[in-house]
This record gives sequence, C-alpha cells and structure tokens, in this order.
Amino acid sequence: MSKEGFSISLASPHAPGMDGFQKGGIALFALAFLFTLIGLFGPAAQDPALFFYIGFIGSIVGLSIYTVRTYLKRPAGVQNNHIFTSSITNRGLWGWALGIFLTGFYVVLYWGSDEMWNSSPLVLLFNPISQGLFNHPPDRWFLYSFIYTVSILIMGVRAILKYRHSNYQIVRTCSIMFFQLGFAFLIPQFLKAMSQPEYYFSYFWPLDYDLLFPSNVDGMLSNGTIGMWMLINSAILTFIATPILTYFFGKRWYCSWVCGCGGLANTAGDPFRQLSDKSMKAWKIERWMIYSILLFITVLTILLWVNSYLKGGMFGGISHSLTKVYAFLIGQAFAGVVGVGFYPLLGTRVWCRFGCPMAAYLGLLQKYFSRFRITTNGGQCISCGNCSTYCEMGIDVQSYAQRGENIVRASCVGCGICSTVCPRGVLNLENGSTHTDRENNNPITFGNDGVGLNLD
Amino acid sequence: MTEQKHIVIIGNGIAGITAARHIRKRSNHRITVISAETEHFFSRTALMYIYMGHMKFEHTKPYEDWFWEKNRIELKRAVVSKVEPSSNSIIFHSGETMQYDELILATGSASNKFNWPGQDLKGVQGLYSFQDLESMEASTKGIQRAVVVGGGLIGIEMVEMLLSRQIPVTFLVREDSFWNTMLPKEESEMINRHIRSHHVDLRLKTDLKEILSDENGKARAVVTGDGEEIPCQFVGLTVGVHPNISFLKDSGIETDKGILVNKKLQTNFTNIYALGDCAQVQNPMENRKPIEAVWYTGKMMGETVAATICGNPTDYNPGIWFNSAKFFDIEYQTYGYVSAQLKEGEESLFWEAEDGLRSLRIVFDSNSKAVLGFNAFGIRLRHKVCDEWLKNRTSVQEVISNLKRANFDPEFFKKFEREVNFSS
Repeated sequence: MSKEGFSISLASPHAPGMDGFQKGGIALFALAFLFTLIGLFGPAAQDPALFFYIGFIGSIVGLSIYTVRTYLKRPAGVQNNHIFTSSITNRGLWGWALGIFLTGFYVVLYWGSDEMWNSSPLVLLFNPISQGLFNHPPDRWFLYSFIYTVSILIMGVRAILKYRHSNYQIVRTCSIMFFQLGFAFLIPQFLKAMSQPEYYFSYFWPLDYDLLFPSNVDGMLSNGTIGMWMLINSAILTFIATPILTYFFGKRWYCSWVCGCGGLANTAGDPFRQLSDKSMKAWKIERWMIYSILLFITVLTILLWVNSYLKGGMFGGISHSLTKVYAFLIGQAFAGVVGVGFYPLLGTRVWCRFGCPMAAYLGLLQKYFSRFRITTNGGQCISCGNCSTYCEMGIDVQSYAQRGENIVRASCVGCGICSTVCPRGVLNLENGSTHTDRENNNPITFGNDGVGLNLD
Repeated sequence: MTEQKHIVIIGNGIAGITAARHIRKRSNHRITVISAETEHFFSRTALMYIYMGHMKFEHTKPYEDWFWEKNRIELKRAVVSKVEPSSNSIIFHSGETMQYDELILATGSASNKFNWPGQDLKGVQGLYSFQDLESMEASTKGIQRAVVVGGGLIGIEMVEMLLSRQIPVTFLVREDSFWNTMLPKEESEMINRHIRSHHVDLRLKTDLKEILSDENGKARAVVTGDGEEIPCQFVGLTVGVHPNISFLKDSGIETDKGILVNKKLQTNFTNIYALGDCAQVQNPMENRKPIEAVWYTGKMMGETVAATICGNPTDYNPGIWFNSAKFFDIEYQTYGYVSAQLKEGEESLFWEAEDGLRSLRIVFDSNSKAVLGFNAFGIRLRHKVCDEWLKNRTSVQEVISNLKRANFDPEFFKKFEREVNFSS
C-alpha cells in the first residue's frame, strides 16, 4: 500500500511532533550512549563506575523519559498505528539490520572465547553492579543476565504504557518484571555470592533441560541440604505444580506470567509480535517440531538415568554425544540465537512456539485437561483480523472467532493481546468451572434463529 | 444429494462468501463467486486498519488463498454489466456470458452523494471499497488538512484514519450531536467529548454547501452552510450508503431502494436471491428495517440462503438485533432495541462512569418491566446472556441484580456491575 517509513522508533512510530520532554529524553540518551561508546574503547576498564552510571544508566533514563512522554501524549487505547508501515517493525531495512545485529550478538555471546570476553571493557563496565552487589567479578553471563533483566524492565514499562487501557496487561507485565528481577536475576546472583549453586526458581525441567540430568543431580546433592531442597522443589514444580496450575489457569500461568523467555518476548519483543507466521503450514511445522523436541529431551533424560544406573555400561557414548547435540542445537542455537536474534524477522515467540519442550508439555495439558479457554462472544466477530495479526504464537484466532467458536489450542500462551486489540470486545480469556464445556462447535452465526444445523 | 447445479454469486463480501461457504458445507453444487473489487474475500470492516498500518491487506483476508480451490469455490474477477433472467445468464463488461441455475446477488453498497457542487473533484471520495482505500492513500499524501462530512460510523473511522497520519481534520456533522439519529443524547455527547479529546475540529450543526476546486481540478476547500470556507486538500463524504444495484436496471428484477426480496430472500425470480447490503426485505419482522447494511445480517442471510438452495427452504429470521462499533478508543455494543428517542411505553436506566468513557443503558417496557435493549460503551457485555434476557423478556430488576452474568470484560478490569448506579 504505502511507502515504508524509515522510523526506528519502537514506541509509537511517527509520533506526532516532539515536545521538549521527548527531545530532552532523546538528547540525554544520545549523549549518554556516546559516552558509553567512548568508554568501551578502553576507559571503561579503568573507571567502570563513571561510565556505568553516567553512560549506561544515563542512556536508560533518557530513553525512559522519551518513551513515557510519547505514550502519555495519546489517550489510552490500542496503539498499533504504523506498525506495518514502519521499517523496523515490518521486516524492512531497520528490521533486518536489527535482526542481524541481535543474532550476531548471540553468536558471539555463546561461542566467543573467554579471553575475548573477560578482558573486554563491555564486561568490565558492569563491575559496579557485579562487585558492588554480588561480590564477584562480572563475566559474559553476568552481562547477559543484567542486560536481559534491564530490557524486560524498560520495555515492560513501555508495554504497561502501551496497553494501559487493559488491567490484564498491566498486572501480567508487572508479574513478568517481578519474576525476572527477583527469581531470574537477584536470587541466583545472591546464591552465587554466597557460594551456593546458581539456581533459578523460575526455570525447571524440561525447559531447564539439564536440571534433572544425573550429573546435575549429583552436583546438587553434593551441596548438602540446600541442593537437596532445590532438587525436590524442581521435581514438585515439574510434576505436581505444573499440571495443577495448568488445569486451573491454562499454560499462561507460566508462559506469560513467570517465564523469562516469555517475559522478554512480551516486553522487549512486543514491537515484533505481529511478525509470527499465521499460515496452516506454519502450524503443521510447529506441531512436528515442538513435540519432537519434547520427546527428544524426555528420552535423553531417561537414557542418562538408565546409563547412570548401569554405571555407564550401556549408552555411555551415545547419551553423552546426544546431550552435546541437544545443548548446542536446541539449548544454544535455537533457544538463544534464533529465539531472540530473530525477533525482528520471525516474531517474538519462535522458541516458545517451535522449540520449547516446557511449552509443549504445558500445551498438551492445556489442550486436553484445563479449564482455560478463550471465549468468543456470540456472533459479534467482524473478521477484521487484528487478533490473528497480533497473536505472537501464530494462532489464526479469527478463524475460530468468526465461527463463534471458543479457542482451545495447545500453543496459546494466554498473553491476552487478542482480547486487548479486538475492536469489538469479542474475545475473553476465561477459566471455566470445568474443562469439558470449552468446545462449542456451531457453524451458524449466534443470533441467527432461522437456520437449523440439520445439514442434509 | 440432489443433482449438481451451478450457483453463481455476484459479490465476494461477507454475504456472498458466507453463502458460498455454507452451500459447500451442505452440497456438491458448482459454485462461482464473481467480484470486480478484489481477487479474494477480505474484511471490509478492516479497511481502516490497513490505512493506519495496523495490518496489511493480506491480514484482512479471513481465509488463506489456498482455501478456495480446496473447497471448490471458483473465483472470477470481472465486472458484471447485466443480468438476463430470461436466459439464466449474466453478461460481463467484456461481453463474455455465464450461465447459472441459481443466482445470488450480494453486491453491497455504494457511497451516497447529494449533488453537492464539486463532489466529483479529485480528492473527494467516500470509503467503502478497496478502491476507495487506494484512492484515499493516494489523495492524502502530504496534505495540510482534511474535511470529513457526515457524522456516522464511517465518518468517525475516516477521521481516526486521517489522524493516524497526523493530518488535521475538520469533522462536519449536520446534526446537533454525533450520530444522534441512532444514539440517545448521553451516549452521543460522550462520543462528542471523546472526538474532541483526540484533537478533532468537530463542527456540529454544520453542513456542506460546496467543494471548491483548484486550477487542476483538485479540491482546495469546502464551504459550509454558514458560508465559512475551510481550506483542505481532501474531502471524505461519509453521508451513508445505498444499495449498489444500478447494473440491474431493465433486468426485470424488482427493485426499490434495494433489491426486493421475500422471506426466503428470493427476488421476483424464484432462482435469483439477494443478500446483504443490497437486499431490501419486504415486510421485515417487527423492529427490523427493510435494508440493514451491517456485517452480521449479511452473514445470517448467507447462512439462510444456503439452507434454502440446498433443499431446506428457510425463512430469514435474524433473531434479536445486535451490533457493535468502535469510536476511537471506546468500544460500543448494542443488543436488542435502543433508539435515540424513547418510544411510547418505554423507560430507560442509564449509568455513566466518572471517567466519561464507559456507560450502560438498559431500556425496558414501562408496564411489564421486560428488558428491551442494552447500549454498552467502553464495557463488554456477554452476547449469549443479553440475548437470553431479551428473548425471555426478563424483568429489568432481575437483569440488574444479575448484571455480573453479562460482564465480558477481561480479568482484573474494574467490575462495572459494582459501579453502576442508574439514573432514569
């Protein structure tokens, strides 16, 4: 239709005019960012605190001022103007550039050498936080974890502002931010500071795939009571809490309220959610892929235990190399590099949709044994396509809504955006009183009293 | 299964396509859908979102492109210039002809124009078809101001579209309040306020006198009824629509404003039907209008005609009226019958939230206290529950004490049923 705009704003592209606050915020960001860059040429290694506080924190403050002001200038409501006419959010020049940049960063993060990382001013920049709070020198994983958390917090504020007309989105985004900051950043770092195992309460098997590997279990047990306690906790979360919570609330309790991968997708990734593929073909590929990976990691875990029980006599070599393959292909390449790097190209939940074994496990529970469903409001759907377009899991929500059918799908993470962007109030996330009343298959528009279902 | 007929459908909007889909569900008839507008069915209600950049055109197609072949629904892109019932054939603009056994006319609407001077200038248009969207895209590039004429649903959508591109808009509404032919005073005023909060230059009680041309035949200004001249480079004419049936002149198919149909949606020829915006129902049911140019009725008519054509003759019986719209950020749903002015023997209860963005109106019968209609702004009501209440003529007291059942707002929203305190 229209020519692509060259905006790189993720807030509200082509925001009407810039006032003093916005200009000031952007100016502060630009200067602080420049200062950080200068630091990265070397000086940051000598005086990390100066560059961290003035450069890094300054950039964040500047960007935040701009974002808050930009969103608050417009009344609360759906704000998707120009998403598909802007380069960055529509796989244009800037979208591609950002995708390649992010993917490249992940490649270097996962497969770069220790020498390169540990002496780099980029890592040393975070010394004030790492040393100051947790009493250990920063390494690449600290840098990653810190930037990840900061991204969720800043872009979480943006998401809250963007969706402030929906209390569901506000509460949910706060929950994501809380779990990331507390359970995926502060607690593991403090545990590490107290020389305990670095344990993430918000990740468990099968997403945290090696958690139940014999080697890991032995490692935990060698840590005495606390390790034992962590192990029991993990097992309870995976095998008891997950089915129960999913029965009552659907998989959203984890995927859209707790999980850090989902957290990043729904905050930093929010500008790209519309890029997920909605075709039937993609759905077929998704089902093959995600359940294969679940099967793979389940079989692998069992193999390792059998192997450990037989003292390595049976599948020693095989299970060892399979673990390596899984760790490289799925754990790093897929979950990390493609999962986040491809946000601007394939949408936000590529990993959650095509790869995550936890999502697969939760999805099976949700599909066959859960009270959760997205209810379609009678005959009110106008087939506009907003719900499908903005579904990050690539569900063609509209195809159900226009038939007046409730949506019960394994992949739905219950982010609620379909309901939020629906211009006619047709969709609603609900936990019913039973799991048996979810499917309502009547192909005739609700309210059409003349037509019976007796197809002859 | 009966013998295979050739069903030809003119128009690939929601009415024609629903008919095609349901005929396919019920039978093996050969189906051909003809459209001059687009190759594939798209959601007309989503045109505004394409312009605003919420979606691309392909996102507005409810079915993937492989769907039609898989379901053996033949698509033909062509302009129909004539229908000849005597020979059961249609004649295309190219001179080509096509035979049918049953013909369904689902040709939609065209925008009204009221013979204003300058209404045919460049940069002056309505908004109904995909072509309208394309010309709006072309005509609004880099302009300084737009004027939209006509205070209805399409008008306010057009205003919202223009604002999304930071084009200042003057909105001329002939009535003394927005859409007050349909909305009661309080709701209409709520929308006036909301329009102004989006920095629209809203001019109530103002009509259009003429559109002035520049030296290239483009619109350069409008003149209002008060003689004020407003410079602009684009004029949206959104003063209603009328059935798009000019090509049926001299076909022998009876028409009035629309194509006249009976309860079975049949025209005066038993094998020719009309659906959707272009159909005019003779002797409509109580509370219903002869022409209802809305999405849902088009859908229901398509379902009805499919049953009839596939050997199960069915009367069009659309049940309790419902409709919806969105005015900028305020969603609107209505169930049952709420008119702008209360009718004889009707009363209503009205609540408006303090933020002035949410409201609920319940209309009921003064004598029996049976509930007759709901108007919801900024809150979502559950269709099934409202439908049930209206069908059963439930008393207004019972409805008020059970409002919670009708709440369709998302989790964690302020519960309107706890807030409402009605005033009559």
